[in-house]
Amino acid sequence: MTDLDAATRDALAELLLAVADDEFVIGFWDSEWTGIAPMLEEDVATSSIAQDEIGHARALYELLAEVTDDDADRIAYGREPDAYRHAALLNHRRGDWAFSVARRYLYETADAVRLATLARSSHEPLAQLAGKMRREETYHLLHAEAWLRRLADGPPDVRDRLADALRQLWTDAQQLFAPLGGEELLVTAGILPQPMAAMHAAWTARVRPAVEPIAGQLPDASPAADGRMARSDDFRWLHGEFTMVAAGDEATARW
Amino acid sequence: MVTAGVQHLRERRIWEELARISDPEIPAISLVDLGVIGSVAVDDERARIEILPTFVGCPAIEVMRNEVRERIGALGLADTVEVEITFQPPWTSERISPTGRERLRQSGFAPPHIGPTIPDEASGLDELAVLPIAECPYCGSRNTTLENPFGPTLCRAIYHCADCRQPFEQMKRV
Repeated sequence: MTDLDAATRDALAELLLAVADDEFVIGFWDSEWTGIAPMLEEDVATSSIAQDEIGHARALYELLAEVTDDDADRIAYGREPDAYRHAALLNHRRGDWAFSVARRYLYETADAVRLATLARSSHEPLAQLAGKMRREETYHLLHAEAWLRRLADGPPDVRDRLADALRQLWTDAQQLFAPLGGEELLVTAGILPQPMAAMHAAWTARVRPAVEPIAGQLPDASPAADGRMARSDDFRWLHGEFTMVAAGDEATARW
Repeated sequence: MVTAGVQHLRERRIWEELARISDPEIPAISLVDLGVIGSVAVDDERARIEILPTFVGCPAIEVMRNEVRERIGALGLADTVEVEITFQPPWTSERISPTGRERLRQSGFAPPHIGPTIPDEASGLDELAVLPIAECPYCGSRNTTLENPFGPTLCRAIYHCADCRQPFEQMKRV
């Protein structure tokens, strides 16, 4: 990483942290379905997806740790809730199945746009990792699209729940493309081959025609500068869960 | 200082040993046939082996790393054995050897689909085609359906054969 100046390196760290925290937090929310999903196939599927996402987060935290000379486990488990940088979409607790399907659809479609961009990054380790993640995420996207259709074509109660969840999550989903502080430097260096705003436009063009027939017309919403800053009580609870072992005292732990 | 010839022999010896190490999750296939060995390099001081994980979040990576370090260390060809985990180049299912595909089939796994990826004009990247049909490893039928693209491990999907009425797993294409 010696070939990057300090400001560009900081901007790269900001980008890696945002993507890693997104994957990490959605992975933990998905893992909440293990054992209680509505059908056995979905128990297996959500658990598998959660394992993928947390694996992606780990690989991204490791890249970040190289950039900032830190430790991946410390970054993952050693921060206070306010230091996490996932998008507002991931502040909400698991909710019901329709809510999880709505969030997963919004997330996977956005992640597909983001990974297609990062796979062309000039930062070679990031490009290679994003290219690899992208192939795995193909299966997540198929899964999310199939469930969106399945619920949308379901009985009125099911369709209503899905529509409510899509409306509730719409504004927060935009924050997956919240501008980064050092974004211009990243774009100039080719580390981020296109700005967040361009990715946001590509995502909106794809997603609106798919979700508006279900949820009705959705408001004009844009990514906000603080879209990755606010933390919720739901997330504070999840943070307590996923840091429990790391924060525990080995000497007094009971298994 | 070792000569190029000696170095070549040592590398070959390491490849032979790696071909005897099984994948921890599908023991019928070796690490070499699975295509997860990225490179092997050796001199007097150290042997260096690169492993390319099949899936980024594969929990068997550490098991592979330890097994390789131990088995190659036991050959006594170098003072230290370094095992690096890398995504450069990324593992894809095209890396599985023809022998590996046959071994998968013999142990009840349909091997991953082979075929062209679909170029996406907008991004300039290839899209992965996921097919709903796989060849049944038990009876060879293609009258099969994809039951769940997610299975007991990250790299496996679940299918059902309508002819021999068996569920079976496929190692996923990635």
